[in-house]
Amino acid sequence: MTQAASTSQESADQPRALWGCLVEFETVEELLAGAEKVRDAGYTKWDCHTPFPVHGLNDAMGIRPTRLPWLVFGAGVTGAAVGLALQYWTNAVDYPLVISGKPLFSLPANIPVIFELTILFAAITAFVGMLALNNLPQWYHALFHQPRFRRVTADRFMISVEARDPKFDPAETRALLESLGGSDVELVED
Amino acid sequence: MTTLPAHKMLLDTTHEDPTRRAPLVLGDHDFGSVTETVCRIVERPKPPRAWYVAFAVSVSLTGVLVGLILYLFVTGVGVWGVNNPVGWGWAIVNFVFWVGIGHAGTLISAILFLFRQKWRTGINRFAEAMTIFAVICAGVWPGIHVGRAWLAYWLAPYPNQMQVWPNFRSPLVWDAVAVGTYFLVSLMFWYMGMIPDLATIRDRAVTRIRQMVYGLLALGWRGSNRQWLRYERAYLLLAALATPLVLSVHSVVSFDFAVAQLPGWHTTIFPPYFVAGAIFSGFAMVMTLAIPARQFFGLKDIITMRHLENIAKIILVTGSMVGYGYGLEFFIAWYSGNSYESFAFLNRALGPYAWAYWIMVTCNVAVPQLFWFRKCRTNVWVLLGACILVNVGMWFERFVIVVSSLSSDFLPSSWGYFSPTAVDIMMLVGSFGLFFTLFLLFLRYIPMVAMAEVKSVMPQALMEGTGHRPLGDYWGDMPHPEQRHKAVDAEARS
Repeated sequence: MTQAASTSQESADQPRALWGCLVEFETVEELLAGAEKVRDAGYTKWDCHTPFPVHGLNDAMGIRPTRLPWLVFGAGVTGAAVGLALQYWTNAVDYPLVISGKPLFSLPANIPVIFELTILFAAITAFVGMLALNNLPQWYHALFHQPRFRRVTADRFMISVEARDPKFDPAETRALLESLGGSDVELVED
Repeated sequence: MTTLPAHKMLLDTTHEDPTRRAPLVLGDHDFGSVTETVCRIVERPKPPRAWYVAFAVSVSLTGVLVGLILYLFVTGVGVWGVNNPVGWGWAIVNFVFWVGIGHAGTLISAILFLFRQKWRTGINRFAEAMTIFAVICAGVWPGIHVGRAWLAYWLAPYPNQMQVWPNFRSPLVWDAVAVGTYFLVSLMFWYMGMIPDLATIRDRAVTRIRQMVYGLLALGWRGSNRQWLRYERAYLLLAALATPLVLSVHSVVSFDFAVAQLPGWHTTIFPPYFVAGAIFSGFAMVMTLAIPARQFFGLKDIITMRHLENIAKIILVTGSMVGYGYGLEFFIAWYSGNSYESFAFLNRALGPYAWAYWIMVTCNVAVPQLFWFRKCRTNVWVLLGACILVNVGMWFERFVIVVSSLSSDFLPSSWGYFSPTAVDIMMLVGSFGLFFTLFLLFLRYIPMVAMAEVKSVMPQALMEGTGHRPLGDYWGDMPHPEQRHKAVDAEARS
């Protein structure tokens, strides 16, 4: 306890690293217009934060589509192959079970399990892949220090530019964000 | 078409006018007020007294279920009414009933999503919750029905010292795989849809414990657009995967019957007819849950009368499909020229289980016909009563299918009559207790409306007033809320 307290004391004394810059908007239109300007200014390590997916924002930010569908397709094909191989090997090769004199391996009877495993593998990949590509779970983030940032999941729209962006300059970036028409531009510490 | 006065048309979104698009959220809501309306349900320090009463009853019934399952394990399946020739009694009836209930949740969350039915946003969260809880209730039965429940894991293909594998050509194994997949996919779909809303609750939390618990569950969601991009893509993919899945699950359940040789079961119409019946019963359950929920928790602006009316229309369509299925079964039994098949159906309608058959036909075919009338579709009492009857009817449908075919098959000397025991009856009642316990906990701790999705279909999200409306014209030419106020005021004055 005392150790933790002294550590936080030390970090309070030292200047904290700058994480980036944040600006807030009240409406979708302001956000879209602002995002286009940040995009055109050539920033790459930046993001918009919204309470719901805003349509048209991907274009306004100029971000590429995700490769998630390809992963899901691959997982679906894998699931189908696993389902086929599992049934063939277990029922026809490793321990041949003769049921009512029917063939050991007959595709129609094996379709349901192949189908379900295709869906299962693809769905798990869609869910886990989305989290992994989004770097989630990520319970610590510099933006969570900002009390204002809490409204981004309710009714506010924000643009954040990270300090690790090659074009980032505390003064210049701040000026750019202030020019967007939002409110309360502030620098965020890590 | 009769024209209504302007203000009435504005408040009554069930009025169909093809030149106007009805708003999905009523009242003058903005993003903040939607958040507030939904969040305050889970944030109030104490739920309404009715919640405590309902919860106490539900938990007690769950206790009855758990106690009876223990009694069953200790004593054996003789505590049920099952015996020769009816070896599949209430356990399988209840299993098919509960799995069917779940289907409406997936239909709302996946199929209506693919069809871009934006009204689904108001009801999809708790319809999906209903799916999860219904599948949990369903999963209880096959597990305890196998007699030696502690050996149920033999269904799984794992290397074992007996060196034998499951028979993958058996519908019972298909069933285990299908229902297991369905549960997992529904759970992932539901949880993924909740992540942004859990983050909302986290960000509004006033106590440290709430912040930590909801914070852990929200996985650090920041509403970043780069995250939303992948999130929306994953959501679309899950919807596209869940759509064929939900159609397959009840098809596979119907294979449990259709692949058998028994008269009355061995029919090709079973898969589509089971799926239609599942959606039918599931929507009836959605309605049964939605009407009290919107009433008690003040959600009438978000779950509007139009939502209920749409559900009623789906119930009418699927109920008529089920009725067509009943009719076609009789036709095929006659047309096949197979005397066993013909007898099985005549026996259903006129034999010892005729009482159950006619309860089924009345509740499933006759009652939904009320929904041809707009007055019935917009009256909550009619809706609630009809939907409860539909659920009764759908339980009896499974009872008729399971029991009547087993009790009178090929050899008259081996016919028998099935009667449930008190244990059978109390276990069914107990499974409703389990369902409502889970559902009440859900209402208390999880936002019951998908806030992020509702916000995304509000006019403000669609850049109202900028002339830029990428997703459709949600207000259409309806007057702005301010003008509506004036209309209502004028009405009040006059």
